[in-house]
Amino acid sequence: MKLITAIIRSYQLDQVRESLIAAGITRITVSRVSGHGAQLQEEVYRGKKVIPGLIPKMRVEIAVNEEFVDTTVNAIMDAARSESEVEGEIGDGKIFITNLEECIRIRTGERGGSAI
Amino acid sequence: MKSKRKILLTLSLLLGAGGIISANAQPDVDTGATAWMLTSTALVLLMVPGLAMFYGGLVRSKNVLGTMMHSFAAMGVMSVLWVAVSYSMCFGENVLGGWFGWNSDYLFLKGIDNSIIDGGVPEYVFSMFQGKFAIITPALIAGAFAERVKFRGYLIFIAAWGLLVYNPLCHWVWAEDGFLFNMGADGAIDFAGGTVVHISAGVSGLVAAIYLGARRGYPQRQMKPNNLVMTMMGAGLLWVGWFGFNAGSSISSGLATAQALTATQVAAAAGAITWIIIEGVHQGKMTALGFASGILSGLVAVTPAAGVVQPIGAMALGAIATVICYYMLIVKDKLGYDDSLDAFGIHGVGGIVGAVALTFFIRDSWMAEAAEKAGGVWTIWQQLGVQVAAVGIAIAYAVVLTIILLIVIEKLFGLKTSPEEEMQGLDHTFHGERGYGMLNPN
Repeated sequence: MKLITAIIRSYQLDQVRESLIAAGITRITVSRVSGHGAQLQEEVYRGKKVIPGLIPKMRVEIAVNEEFVDTTVNAIMDAARSESEVEGEIGDGKIFITNLEECIRIRTGERGGSAI
Repeated sequence: MKSKRKILLTLSLLLGAGGIISANAQPDVDTGATAWMLTSTALVLLMVPGLAMFYGGLVRSKNVLGTMMHSFAAMGVMSVLWVAVSYSMCFGENVLGGWFGWNSDYLFLKGIDNSIIDGGVPEYVFSMFQGKFAIITPALIAGAFAERVKFRGYLIFIAAWGLLVYNPLCHWVWAEDGFLFNMGADGAIDFAGGTVVHISAGVSGLVAAIYLGARRGYPQRQMKPNNLVMTMMGAGLLWVGWFGFNAGSSISSGLATAQALTATQVAAAAGAITWIIIEGVHQGKMTALGFASGILSGLVAVTPAAGVVQPIGAMALGAIATVICYYMLIVKDKLGYDDSLDAFGIHGVGGIVGAVALTFFIRDSWMAEAAEKAGGVWTIWQQLGVQVAAVGIAIAYAVVLTIILLIVIEKLFGLKTSPEEEMQGLDHTFHGERGYGMLNPN
């Protein structure tokens, strides 16, 4: 079992969700986070350009069995990558994959892969 | 909104304002009436940010600013247009067979600098008061196609809609030489804008919602309101502002004002209570959004009627309109069109119900006066015919013109968002801002 954690642009959330649903991945957890990678985001407030210190992002967490890892990662990458002028831009985000030791469904007490 | 200048001279004589007559035959300023009209003007403007909050709370968080901007943009666009040409188109003399009005003196309001209308109110105040109605009407339409229009296309749409739909309707119903103003014995009754504002906005919204198509994922995906607290505050501001909207429409400060104010209060209350009772029986829970919707349907229904009904009639109108609006929202789900924030379901339907059903609650003194003007007899059935005709004309005109505008603007400028724009949200796509950005630890 793996835990896939993706940090994406906040406004790409809908695209990523649609892409995941199309790939058959429907169980996700989403949270609003702030962070900073290589991206310097300019925003315009009252006509002045400002660069905020921390940039709002979305964190998408999905626990999957091994055979779904690639499907999930591809679905996220397809939808989260910018396609304005060039393929991919700084700030599109990252995907982390970590080993998942155990998974328990609270309702039934099931453990392991079948509980995901 | 009764005759303005017809009896100007007589009135001045009655007031004994001899000195004024010798100057330019204008009545004295009635400071009481003017003070109330100034207040009303401000109250009606307050409804627009109220509407922005009401609508803004109902959409998803990625569209909150874009949706609020639909209301705020109307304050900018429509105010400028109003001063430039719209006041002339609404309250000038008939041109093009009475299609709209025109009076070159009114362009940029340059001819009314010293003018005082009868009733003792400076014409600037009357013009600004009327201008607020021209602001809120296109802003109401935005509720029907929320979350899926381009900002630039929207600006062009409301400007064109204001000029070609609102202004003619306003002229027909409220100008002295408008043909609906003079229909039947004492005119089609539209005290504060049931036909001009709510029906025209509601049916235009319906047409636009159907023409532009549903939001992505509707109706399978739930689209929950992002902030009902803001929606409740908006509904509250609308209720307060509506006293200017209705009670100000008497263009005076007296008995008629008091009648309209009372009718407004009790219709909103009856509508709100009716909604949560139906909802409580039907769904098992009385929701805050239901209460707010009931307030609105009650207020919309009493808008055309506020000048002619007594409190019991106003309460009946509020309750009847609410029952029908509630039913129409169920019908909407059955038919599947995406009138996102129920601009048609509340404003269109409530306006139609109010404008037609008010016939059965008109106070006797009004009917007696109408009978006198008709030369003896004037029954409620004759008045019902006038009301239905006025409503039908408004609906037909708004539907046809709106379809033409939508097609032209969609072709020339683009109105519907692309799928990517819609998924990313109006705030990011068209404004480059975030509504709730300050919640980030930054």
